[in-house]
Amino acid sequence: MIALNQISFQVGRGEFVAIIGPSGSGKSTLMHILGALDTPNSGEYILDGKAVSSMNDDELSELRREKIGFVFQSFNLLPRTTVMRNVMLPLLYSNISVREREERAYKALLYAGMDEGKFNNLSNQLSGGQMQRVAIARALINNPALILADEPTGNLDTKTSRVVMETFCNLHQKGHTIILITHEKEIAEYAGRVIAMRDGSIERDDTASFKKTGVD
Amino acid sequence: MFLDVFKEIIWSLSANKVRSGLTVLGIVIGIASVITMVAIGEGAKNEIEKNIESIGSNLIIVIPGFQRGSAVSQGRGSSQTLTVEDADSIRKEVPNVKAVAPEISRRYQISAKGNNTNTQVIGTVGEYLIARNLSLNRGNFFSEQQIKGSARVAVLGSVARDDLFGVNTYPVGQYIKIKNTEFQIIGIMQAKGGSGFSNPDDAVYVPITSAQHYLSGDAYVNTISVAASSRSSMSLVQASIERVLSVRHGISASSQPDFTLMNQNDIIATATSITGTFTMLLSSIAGISLLVGGIGIMNMMLTTVTERTREIGLRKAVGIRKIYIHLQFLGEAVVLTFLGGLLGILLGWAMSAIITHIVSSLSAEISFSAVILAFGVSASVGIIFGFYPARKAAKLSPIEALRYE
Repeated sequence: MIALNQISFQVGRGEFVAIIGPSGSGKSTLMHILGALDTPNSGEYILDGKAVSSMNDDELSELRREKIGFVFQSFNLLPRTTVMRNVMLPLLYSNISVREREERAYKALLYAGMDEGKFNNLSNQLSGGQMQRVAIARALINNPALILADEPTGNLDTKTSRVVMETFCNLHQKGHTIILITHEKEIAEYAGRVIAMRDGSIERDDTASFKKTGVD
Repeated sequence: MFLDVFKEIIWSLSANKVRSGLTVLGIVIGIASVITMVAIGEGAKNEIEKNIESIGSNLIIVIPGFQRGSAVSQGRGSSQTLTVEDADSIRKEVPNVKAVAPEISRRYQISAKGNNTNTQVIGTVGEYLIARNLSLNRGNFFSEQQIKGSARVAVLGSVARDDLFGVNTYPVGQYIKIKNTEFQIIGIMQAKGGSGFSNPDDAVYVPITSAQHYLSGDAYVNTISVAASSRSSMSLVQASIERVLSVRHGISASSQPDFTLMNQNDIIATATSITGTFTMLLSSIAGISLLVGGIGIMNMMLTTVTERTREIGLRKAVGIRKIYIHLQFLGEAVVLTFLGGLLGILLGWAMSAIITHIVSSLSAEISFSAVILAFGVSASVGIIFGFYPARKAAKLSPIEALRYE
């Protein structure tokens, strides 16, 4: 099975890139490689100056923890767990003190636009938009080089989607590098650069299609 | 870091209290039954040893051997070869002997004041009390003088007293009739509690000379009880008795002796090995339930791993290393079994107390080694049965785990 074939592109620091394509276009496989969840059989992936392709399991874990923040379609929060605890998850088993973990989580939550009164709510008491903001805060807690969002609005209604996308735009303005994977054109239009995929290769790499945000 | 491991374990176990509780219950029952069974086995062993020792301490019993001279063997103890003189020479010639008591015992119908009973009449001497660890409740045992004079006096065991005169009576001075001869009661024995076939409480004691004169009509004795002065001297005493009696009875090295020696230590050893087997049987049955409990843990952990697949995927995606996933799931199993072990020991202790309370003939003794063993077993059950699910969780691919519905 060939999931991807002949793909080559670069993403610069501070870019907001959307990867768009229909299902089966290879964008999931691409996302797994970009997220260091998987390594390519051949070819190179260099993230923040590090060659990822040749890393072993533990090195990949380390890389994900240090360099990548994930935002998933289905939020993937720990069930029946407080917002704070969810955000602090990537810091588990690290040498960082509990106090510092809490401070960082607090900052990340405010940064992601989460309502302060809900910091100690349980994850299942939140709305979809709130859950996704908690997930974004979790992605931010290690100040990663890359934020990787996989269909972040897939489970949200149009209005909430807009709010979440504005959060991403905010992060972009503050200098974060974001790769957004989606199959919806309207969502992709928030990004400054759109890479369209089809059948395992890049169909179009359009840097000039920032219609909605107006950010460069 | 390790505090984190521990916190995560407690957190995820308490997130599913009912399931954790039920899993612990399996281990609790397993451990509790091991503890209880071993305790009852130990208790039975001690009870039996105590019973055997209550016959007398460091006791060697001499009984007659085979009836010989005819073609048909009558079996051990059937011949009449032992005499009071044998007892006297043991007393004189064997060192380290505390007491030597020859004894003639036979069952007779005994009557007193309209009541009658059939019981053991034991003709013996004063040293019998020392040899058999007996003591008097009221009155006196017969004196040297009364033995010499074949006095018609008797001492009643407590059960024989109950049967003839009624419970809590003290018929000292009254008369009983054995084989149409009247004996005056001069004492009542202290009750000792039943110990098997020869209950010392259900007996009437008379001077050995009186038994020979009025009852048996001959000079032979049934047994000679010899108490050695200490446990360590028993084998020496036994060898000396054998030598003395062989000389007296003219037994050469090649011929079979006409007497048999029974050593109390041998009896205890036999009884101990029987109860040991019994304990082994009980605890292996209990061990099976422990095994079932362990499989319960594995089952629960596997279910948990499946149920928490997405969570495991998330943990891996945010960069938590394999080893910590492994540690967490293994830790959960170990904490459950540890908790189960602790509760099991408490429950086992309570159960043995309750069982011995209800069934008064049983006694239980919780040994430290059984507790340590049970705890060790439960901890290893946790590690062994927790290892596979933990490994399975750690090996999950984050991509597949995240995609899992």
